[in-house]
Order: sequence, then C-alpha cells, then structure tokens
Amino acid sequence: MKNFSWKLVLVFVVIVAAIIYVLPSLKPALWPHKQINLGLDLQGGMHLVLEVDTKKALESTVERISHEIREQLKKEHIRNVTIDRVEGIKISAQIKDEESIKKFSALLDDQFKDLRELSNNMVDGVQTIMLDIPDSDRTQIEKLAVDQALETIRNRIDQFGVSEPDIRRQGENRILIQLPGIKDTQRAKDLIGKTALLEFKLVDDTQPIDSALKGNLPPGREILYKIDVDPQTKRTSKTPFLLKKRAVLDGSYLTDARVQIASQFNEPYVSINFDKKGARIFERITGDNVNKRLAIVLDNSVYSAPVIQEKIAGGQARITGRFTTEEARDLAIVLRAGALPAPVNILEERTVGPSLGADSIRKGLISMLVGGLLVVLFMVIYYKAAGLIADVALFLNILLIGAGLAAFQATLTLPGIAGIILTIGMAVDANVIIFERIREEMALGRTPRAAVDAGYDRATLTILDANVTTLIAALVLFQFGTGPVKGFAVTLSLGVVASMFTALIVSRIIFSYILINRKVKSLSI
Amino acid sequence: MQFVKPDVNINFIGKRKIAYLVSAVMIVISIGSLIFHGGPRLGIDFQGGTLIQVKFLAPVKMDAIKAGLRDIDLGKSSVQKFGDSESSEYLIRTDSSVMTSEGFSADVQKALKSSTGSEVEIRRMEMVGPQVGQDLREKALFAMFFALLFITIYISGRFEFKWMISGIMAAALIGAVYVLTLLKVSIPWLIIGALIVTLVLFWFLELKYAMGAIVALVHDVTITVGLFSLFDKEFTLAIIAALLTIIGYSLNDTIIVFDRIRENLRKYHKNPLEVILNRSVNETLSRTLLTSLTTLFVVLALFVLGGGIIHDFAFALIVGIVVGTYSSIFVASPILLAWQGRPKKK
Repeated sequence: MKNFSWKLVLVFVVIVAAIIYVLPSLKPALWPHKQINLGLDLQGGMHLVLEVDTKKALESTVERISHEIREQLKKEHIRNVTIDRVEGIKISAQIKDEESIKKFSALLDDQFKDLRELSNNMVDGVQTIMLDIPDSDRTQIEKLAVDQALETIRNRIDQFGVSEPDIRRQGENRILIQLPGIKDTQRAKDLIGKTALLEFKLVDDTQPIDSALKGNLPPGREILYKIDVDPQTKRTSKTPFLLKKRAVLDGSYLTDARVQIASQFNEPYVSINFDKKGARIFERITGDNVNKRLAIVLDNSVYSAPVIQEKIAGGQARITGRFTTEEARDLAIVLRAGALPAPVNILEERTVGPSLGADSIRKGLISMLVGGLLVVLFMVIYYKAAGLIADVALFLNILLIGAGLAAFQATLTLPGIAGIILTIGMAVDANVIIFERIREEMALGRTPRAAVDAGYDRATLTILDANVTTLIAALVLFQFGTGPVKGFAVTLSLGVVASMFTALIVSRIIFSYILINRKVKSLSI
Repeated sequence: MQFVKPDVNINFIGKRKIAYLVSAVMIVISIGSLIFHGGPRLGIDFQGGTLIQVKFLAPVKMDAIKAGLRDIDLGKSSVQKFGDSESSEYLIRTDSSVMTSEGFSADVQKALKSSTGSEVEIRRMEMVGPQVGQDLREKALFAMFFALLFITIYISGRFEFKWMISGIMAAALIGAVYVLTLLKVSIPWLIIGALIVTLVLFWFLELKYAMGAIVALVHDVTITVGLFSLFDKEFTLAIIAALLTIIGYSLNDTIIVFDRIRENLRKYHKNPLEVILNRSVNETLSRTLLTSLTTLFVVLALFVLGGGIIHDFAFALIVGIVVGTYSSIFVASPILLAWQGRPKKK
C-alpha cells in the first residue's frame, strides 16, 4: 500500500515536530525554542488601553502657530493686529487699520500659506479673519501625535525595565499596552500616563497675587499651584503662583536627566542638561532676569520656583522637590524619554495578581485532567479496543495543540485552557462518528476490513462539514476577540484542525495496521 | 456496549408539534425574563465600570467590607462572595470607571484592611471605560451576526449547491448593515432587524438547510441567554465566546443530521420526506447522544473544578450543549418540512 506508507511518514514527521516544539515548555533547558506564551490572566500583569487626546495635540499646534504669527508681526513691525486662539483650534486675527490689513495678508501668503481661511469680515473698519488648519494636515498632526506617544511610551517602559512588554497601536488613536508579570502597577501607570511636559515660566512678582486669585487675572498671566505633601501627616497644601503664561523654555531642549543626591540634606533631585540651543536660551533668560523667580512647571503644577541668583551658563539645571528616590528616578525616566505630544486617558485597565494566575493554571489543569480521564475511560468502556485507538488519537491531539501554541507563538489564556478542555470532548466526536458508522456497516454484514474502509470513507465528508462550521465560528471569534477571548479562539481552531488530522489519518493508520498485519478476523468495537 | 439499539425508530418528526410547543414556551420564558430584567445584565466589559477581586487572609463580614468601601466613596458598589466557600474572596463592582486616580488600589487595600481587620490581597482589578464598553458590545453583536452569515453560506453551498445565491445575499446583507452603521442606527436593533430580514430571505429563496440551521441556532442562543437572565448571571466577554462556541457546537450536531438526510434522500428518494427525516435523525441518534455526553463530561469538570472566573463560562456551555442537542433533533430537521405545503415552482 503506497498510500499507507506516505501517510505513515507524514504522521511520524508531525509527531516528531510536535515533540520538538512542546518540550521546551515542559523543560526549558532542553533546547532553546521559545516556550508557550502565557496570557496576562495566567501569569499576572497589566493590560492597559490608552487614548491619545489628539484634540489637545491640535490645540497646542494651533497655539504654537498663533505664537509664531505674533512673533512675525513684531519682527515686521505690523501693528494693530490681535491674534487669538478661539474655539480650541481656530485662529482669529483682528486688524484695525488699512495698511496692516495689506501687510498681514502678504505675511499670510508668504509664510503661513498652509493655513486655511475660513471667513473674512469687515465691520466698522475692523477686519476679522478666521483661520484654521486644513483637514489633511489635521489628520497628519493627529497621526503624528499618536506615533510620538507610542514611541515615547515605549521608551519609558524600556527604561523602567519590564520583560517582554507588548505595546502597539489599536485603531486610530488608541494604544494597547501589555506588561506581563509587573508588580507595582500603580507606579507603572503613573510612569506611562504622565504627559511630562516640562516648562520654565517666569514668576510675575510685580502684581499682587490676591487680586489675581479673586478672578482679576492680568492678560498673559496664569495661576498654577505648587502641591506639597507633608511626609509625616500626609496632608497636602497648595501654594499659588502668578506666572507669565508663555513658557520661556521647555523640555524639548533636554538631552539628559539624572537622579542626584544633594549632599546637604541627603535628598534626591533630578539634574537636567540642555542641548546647545537650550543652553543659550537658558543663559539669556537667567541673565535677563536676575533676582526674579523662575518656576519649573511639570504638567501644569509648579515643582519649585527658585530666585535666579546670577546668569547660568553651561546648560544645567536641577529640579528639586520632596522626592523619594523612586519618584526622582521615575521623573528622570519620563524627562529623558520626552513629553507626550498630548495627554493620554486610560480607557481600559485589567490587572491580575500573580497568585491568581497560578491558581487559574492549577484549576485549569485539574479540570483538564479530570475531564480528560472521564472521556478516556468512557471511550474504552463503550468501544473497547477501538476506544483505545480513539484515546491515542486524543493524547496526540492535546500534544498537537500544545505544539501549535508554541510554534505560532500564540498566547495561552484561561479561556484558552477551557478551549482545550472543550476540544477534548469534541475531539472524540470525529472518532464517534467513524465508529458508529463502522458499527452500522458491520450490522449490514460486511467484513471488518470492508466495514472500516466504508466507515472512514462515508464519515470523512461528514466530519469535514461539521468541523469547517466550527472553524468558521472560531475564526470570527479570533477577529473580534481581545486578549483572553482570542486565546480561546486560537486553541479551539487548533483543536478542530488537530482532531481532523488525528481522527481521519492517525486512527485510520492504526486500524489499517491492525487489520492488515495482524490479520484480525473480528473487530473489537 | 450500546446505549441506542441500531434498529431504533422513534417517531421524532411525528411529535414535532409537541417539540414546537416546548421550544415556544422556553423562548417565551427567555424573552419574558429578558424584558422583565430590562435586557441582559451586562458585565463591566460591555457597560464600563470597575471590578476588584480581593482576598482576605481571615474570614470577614460582608458589612465590614461595605463599611470600608463607604469610607473611600465606593458605598454604591456591589459586593459578592466569589469562588470556593472556604476561601474568603470577594468581588467588588462599581458602575463608575474613574478609578485611575493615583493610588487607587492602595486606597482600597488600606480602607478594607482597617474596616475588616484582616490582611487584604488585591488579586484582580479591571476597569473598562464606557466608550470601550460600547465598542465591545457592538463588536460582540457583529461577531455573532457575521458568524451566522458565514456559516449559512457554507451550508447552502455544501448542501444545496447554492453558493452564488447565498453568497450574494450575505454580501448584500453585510453591505446594508455597513451602510446603516454609518447612519448611526442603534446597533442592537440593527442586528435584530438584519436577523429577521435574513430569515425572511431564506424562506423566499428556499435555502432550506440554512434556514433549519439558523432557526436552531437562534433558538439555542436565545434560550441560553434567557437562562442567564433567569439566573441573573452576568454577560462578559467570555460568555460571548461561550455563545459562539455553542453556535459552532450545535451546528456541528445539526450538520451531521443534515448530512445523513442528504445521503438518505439519494438512497430512498421514493419515500416521503417525513419518513426520510425521521430515519436520518434515528440513525444519527447514537452519535448525537454520545458526543453530547463526552463533551458534557469535560464541561462539567470545568464547571465544578475550574474556579470562579470560568464558572459562568462553563455554565453557558452546559446549557448550550443540552439545548443544542435537543434542537438538532427536534428543531432543525422539522424545519425542512415547512416548504412541503407550498406549490412547487417550476
């Protein structure tokens, strides 16, 4: 039988390959193939879905453009023009005299031709022009913001030190983060979610802060707070600062940030280095504002506001606060990795402790063992020797699922274990269909050989049809699924394919071998 | 050993009126329970919210936990015993999904420790924002619908060689659903509407086998969902996975009966359809029961030993397997008779 021998070779190759793939998961030292990935629900860890607030990214871009326009106006001595950012992402320009109108429109054509003119009204000699960013540029900015956020978060997590993190984009503006085995989830979350926008702003000491606090805010000023936590009483206190709204310098000029310990108080602080351009700006600012206070602002809260003693050259500064060493270290990481281009919101968070994962594995294995044993016993009792063949096929089936998981680097989750257990029940189905058919054929008076052949031939199509439909459901599940559910779809699909292989090819070979080589006259089925 | 004798001949088809009545009653109860409870009870996956699984090292009182939660403004959350009775594990659930403020889990741990006087371990914490919840809800409905459609194409193709008709119909339905989603039609109603349109189309296109399979599937899923609602159990992502498995499983059963019908139609084409259907159901009865039995073994093992997280999932599968077995005997095949009274088209 030629047919028989190539099938034998195929089965042999598949089994050997399966063993090669599975063994490292049972005994890692054996050879260096990767082990089966365990999902977060089995090994513990954190799953986060973040949304990048792309609207904020647009707003800050528009704010920056408005600022550039103002600078240009100053440079070219165009007067009587007021530039404002309105409705979040629009720029309104109000121009009060004839000459400026001409100059301004020339400036727009010359340097800001990417802006789109929305409306242009003339009321009482005042021209109001509304501008915004065209749609195509807008999508570009949003996409860039998400890309940058992804990159920044990846950097931060790399520096934080997590083994095998999975960070990827999901949909248009979402980022999926999976951190297996992480223990201090709160710290990781703070590290990832912090915008880390570092700004230096001058403190306005010329005006009384009390009247500003009462709502009497002078133009171009803002109030930000410094928040202190008393380490003993845990009570927080807020100190207001009246600041010039425009940042004189920001974190984009940073080249490095490190934790240092101040020798005097043994308190950690973060020392930062600017690049050449940043160093020049810092030198100029400090030179121009000696004896004034410069506030160091991170994500809109004031960390410190030291008085500038003298011009500072060399491009070095330090951020002090009442940091713990850990806080200082995390701050240094986020500053080094850079600011997020826009704030992120946590949309979904799932944290599983390692002890729960271990519990789940144990319980899953026990139910697999008990369920499998019941099925194995039942098959032997019901089908006798033929049942034994089905049991061999069943073991092979489980081996193949394991090998498939390892080979495709798929992730095993708790529902995935449930999927394996379910396939154990369903894997014998193919054998049941075949055996029932063989019994029918024997009842019609055929010889064992003819009954087995007819049984397999007739059952093949049935099994194929039945399994393809299950496979369709599993594939849809895979498409739709997230995390654990996907794991279930994977094991279910692997199980369906494996059970077709074991039932239609492996168990048939065993039958043929017994019938041909042993010349068996009656069938134990 | 044999449970079902080879010459068994139970008149399943003759008793189909009784089966219809039983099914109708179960479906009415299911839908009634759903209406009474105001729809299925959605878990945080589909509704948004926060879930915390805590384990206490010493036995604690429920009131103490609730008191601790009140201290950190979580007084409205529900607390529920979880898992084995000897371990002291609880599930805490709130509707709000704004827990991402700094130090939340530490706060919970501290509050519970001081109110119960026992060491607390936070074993699992899940937060799903309302937007993600809605996304998942819609995705789940689409997944069920698409799974059904793809399966019907396969069945119509394999059993009646109507690949083209069913393919075009499915494509048109998918297109219509897609256009309607762009128009922001409410997704649940859209899917229900699409399902009804699908059934009507099946009827007029005489896609008998697909119709039989789909009616059986909708029957199974409705009753499973109804039982979930009756027992006031929660819908999570895992339950959707279970429902899709039930779809695959029950279909498996149905197709094996159909396959035998196809074979017997060729063999005994002179017999009336009713007799052929009954014969086919009887011939496959042994296999249907055996497979359901082995699958039930393992799912029961999962239900009893699998632990709290997988408990409801296994429950859904048990219900689905029992109902699926019933439907492939009593529901799917009799549907094929439905076209009999109609005048034959040329």
